[in-house]
Amino acid sequence: MTYQFKNVYINNYSTVAGPYEKMGPLGKNFDKTYSDLYCGEPSFEKAEIHLLEDSLHLLLKKGKLDKEDIDLVISGDLMNQITSSCYASLFLNAPFLGIYSACATSLEGMIIASTFIDSGRVKNCITACSSHNLSSEKQFRNPSEYGAPKPKTATFTATGGASCHLSSKKAKIKVESGTIGRMIDFDQNDPFNMGAVMAPGAADTIYKHFTDLGRGPEDYDLILTGDLGQYGKEILKEYMFKTYKIDLSKNYNDCGCMLYDLERQKEVNAGGSGPVCSALVNYSTILKGLEEGKYRRVLLVATGALFSPTSVFQKEHILAIAHAVSLEVIK
Amino acid sequence: MKNKKYEAIVEKHKPDEARKSHALVAFLVGGTLGVCGELLLEGYTVWFDLSRSEATVYMLITFIFLASLFTALGFFDKLVSFARCGLLIPITGFAHSMTSAAIEYRKEGPVYGIGSNLFKLAGTVILYGVVSAWFFGMIRYLLGIGG
Repeated sequence: MTYQFKNVYINNYSTVAGPYEKMGPLGKNFDKTYSDLYCGEPSFEKAEIHLLEDSLHLLLKKGKLDKEDIDLVISGDLMNQITSSCYASLFLNAPFLGIYSACATSLEGMIIASTFIDSGRVKNCITACSSHNLSSEKQFRNPSEYGAPKPKTATFTATGGASCHLSSKKAKIKVESGTIGRMIDFDQNDPFNMGAVMAPGAADTIYKHFTDLGRGPEDYDLILTGDLGQYGKEILKEYMFKTYKIDLSKNYNDCGCMLYDLERQKEVNAGGSGPVCSALVNYSTILKGLEEGKYRRVLLVATGALFSPTSVFQKEHILAIAHAVSLEVIK
Repeated sequence: MKNKKYEAIVEKHKPDEARKSHALVAFLVGGTLGVCGELLLEGYTVWFDLSRSEATVYMLITFIFLASLFTALGFFDKLVSFARCGLLIPITGFAHSMTSAAIEYRKEGPVYGIGSNLFKLAGTVILYGVVSAWFFGMIRYLLGIGG
């Protein structure tokens, strides 16, 4: 399940976020933010495309990259038939792979890109993802103006677009290894408690990553799950310790809890979610932390819940998946 | 076996939903709404010299209009998040469910958007409202109360 990469580096990254993320504790770290959920577009679906397109434009600009230099674009989102990714990458006119692992999409993209680059077939690859609070609310739940009450364990889909440029060209941050997750079914069926759905997925992937590489939590400066939320985070810590005797209490956090101020922003309930939730935190703050020497090696674990409104109504369990990527600073 | 252990961990970390205070808020808001409805009803019978059943219709129309207007102005969802069933169970919730669906799906056009999604939430209420009305009507008929 775990693959080590020799020659893959993160050359650049960009983040574009919506109003709730702007008001959160990481608001200043994003490259661009919008104060309005429409982002100047007539619909939320178009706004999501706009956010992702913005992040791709920014990525090219920041890295002084030409469209012609891009060998492969890998992108995914939450919309039906991943339309946001398709329309947003149209202008790049580059070979495109569309992917889906719900909220684990960003790292699935990073693992696929790293595999391509490490094989020598591809030099420059862009991985991207997006989500929009109200476009996914419309697709997965009720009309956005309905304001249906939610339990405290519910998570809040983050709004934004995030892209990352991976290349075989040497840079400060190296993609050291990646672990591809498995489908995990723990008989969970509550779409308002995704933390409980995804925690076993994260546990399985983290455990596999550690055993495959003979490592433990102490080998990382930071272990970061994607969007378990404040309750899912506690579930993971306890489950990890009880099942695998792995202690995550020292250097573990969850992106969903970092993206928003859970005390002040009560509307997010248990924390952030969505493909872009972990990507916004990782690309805006964690990668910067690595470049500035704050961390030497981090383990990113993006967690996804795999289901559709139809599968939930037909009483299927909600499945979980988690993909992990280990990043380190090269000397 | 393994899942039972996991379920115990999940339950342990489930926050308290404060159901009692939610129920109290819903009771007070819903009750106030009922009192307002009754006052309006009395008012309509006096001001416009209407019969009680006619005034009831105008009272309901007033509530439907206000709920739809507030939804369209964009703050009714925040009131619903606070008062919950206090606003969702009365006729205001029914109007709100239709207006919010109309706003949501107008981007897909009048036919495939609004037309086919207007009753997305309200359809269930109408269907089971009609079914239960028939059911209770039959009970009344069989017991001979309805006359």
